[in-house]
Amino acid sequence: MLRSSPWPVLAALACAAALVVAAALAVGSVDVGPGAVWRALAGDASDPASAVVRELRLPRALAAFAVGGLLAVAGGMMQVLLRNPLADPYVLGLSGGAACGALAALLLGAAAFVTPAAFAGAALSTFVVFGLARSDGAWSSTRLLLTGIVVAAGWGALIMLLLALAPDAQVRGMLFWLIGDLSGATHGTQALWVLAAVLLAALPLARDATLLARGEVTAATLGVPVRNVGLALHALAAAATAVAVTVAGSVGFVGLVVPHAVRLVVGNDQRVLLPASALAGGTLLVLADTLARTIVAPAQLPVGVLTALAGVPMFLWLLRRSPA
Amino acid sequence: MTAPLLACRNVTLAVPGRTLCDGLSFDVRAGECWVILGPNGAGKTTLLATLAGLRAPAPGTIALGGEAISSLSPRVRARRLGLLPQDTFDAFPATALEIALAGRHPHVPRWRPEGAGDIATARTALAAVGMEHAAARNVQTLSGGERRRVALAMLVAQDPDVMLLDEPTSHLDVAHEVRTLELVAQHARDGRHAVVMALHDLTLAARHATHAILLSGGAAATGTARELLTAPRLSALFGQALVEVAHPRGSAFLPG
Repeated sequence: MLRSSPWPVLAALACAAALVVAAALAVGSVDVGPGAVWRALAGDASDPASAVVRELRLPRALAAFAVGGLLAVAGGMMQVLLRNPLADPYVLGLSGGAACGALAALLLGAAAFVTPAAFAGAALSTFVVFGLARSDGAWSSTRLLLTGIVVAAGWGALIMLLLALAPDAQVRGMLFWLIGDLSGATHGTQALWVLAAVLLAALPLARDATLLARGEVTAATLGVPVRNVGLALHALAAAATAVAVTVAGSVGFVGLVVPHAVRLVVGNDQRVLLPASALAGGTLLVLADTLARTIVAPAQLPVGVLTALAGVPMFLWLLRRSPA
Repeated sequence: MTAPLLACRNVTLAVPGRTLCDGLSFDVRAGECWVILGPNGAGKTTLLATLAGLRAPAPGTIALGGEAISSLSPRVRARRLGLLPQDTFDAFPATALEIALAGRHPHVPRWRPEGAGDIATARTALAAVGMEHAAARNVQTLSGGERRRVALAMLVAQDPDVMLLDEPTSHLDVAHEVRTLELVAQHARDGRHAVVMALHDLTLAARHATHAILLSGGAAATGTARELLTAPRLSALFGQALVEVAHPRGSAFLPG
């Protein structure tokens, strides 16, 4: 883990991202060759496969990439804030809060307020978890995880209540938020812009964030404005989670698995870890979603099922390795 | 006379239910090495946190180079004063060199990466604590004493005007204990820096300190090491009879 130039890793991740997105455009119920994918992207509408690529697969792949990137970046920031590699927006109830906010907005017929309501839910969850899990200025894993689990359970109960109150016709659409599904995903391009904005806002703080991960006292005595940097990271993590949840529902464990795996390769320097996690998270979710819609074709699995199946063993493994 | 590097004026330290010291005032000037002595729970760590600006004194003021610590930007403050805390966290993997390099944070502009000069300073700091061989090692794989020395290397690389250290020799073997205090005292002796540290080893404190702060149950005494580091004062401070044994290399204090 000697310090070295981050560019080879970032370039490799960008190439992997491009390859996986290209594969996502090519495979499915109608296989489209690489040439046809290229022609479709270049704007040639004569091929019937062109419409499939441009209208169905491309928006879905972009949405998957954005959601994966946002969740991975949010997870990385929460791990810094909690100084704990187990932190993740799904485990700590942020995704549950965002989903609950979005459902409440839908139920009240305020479809235009789904994203703000999701953000409010994620922000409320952040306050509750970070406020309650703190003891004597230090984070303890046990307390943190228990708080997160209880808060997530609380959101779960509220979600059940909303589902019970909802008219039957709405229930199926609402379930989408709970499972994590990209089949109806829209606003992928906007979510990509949000990902870019979150990264641009976070990168100037990245060196401070790296020090914050070594403890607030160390960071403060090295000249990090601990309070302001912490607040900024909280807000960015909550916003990233809220946007990811509004696009794809609560997809679990991407925020846990991706920063951890990337950290093994690039170390914990947030200047590299955050952009690398965004690329790796996006790539992973595009890959997972492509698998989800092809392995049991013609049926489609919600992508959240796959990420949870992979994430749960990973989480348990991490929990066993981490000191209490 | 120039302003003292660190000035503590009428500082009262209180934790819920208890006043640790009242009206504490002292000036730390370049070239001085202060030790804070006192029994467990006397408030040594609280005093260091207050001097570092992490805790507001209630009431009282702390000034660095004549300017109130609360008026300084975090980066300026970090160039004037650094702290080796009692405990440090290694929740995530990082190499020893990365940690030493973190000490350069207040010297590196926000929009620039660390330069070759910073990396050279970090390597020199690792060499000063005898950890240069572990520059590329993940600190999570190092022993407690080795991690302690890497944490000290971060403070050495930070190169603040005033070094505050909270039990710098904890977890260290006797050879590194002696070497670490030599390094810290040397930092003060160059005439541009000063050191304030909490210590438990009275013999090593007596060897290096120029001044002392004795903290015990609500009262504090400050003065030169010659006045304060005596068997009667220290026996009263710790509630344990101590005898001073003179030696050409300095006094040793043995339980009486």
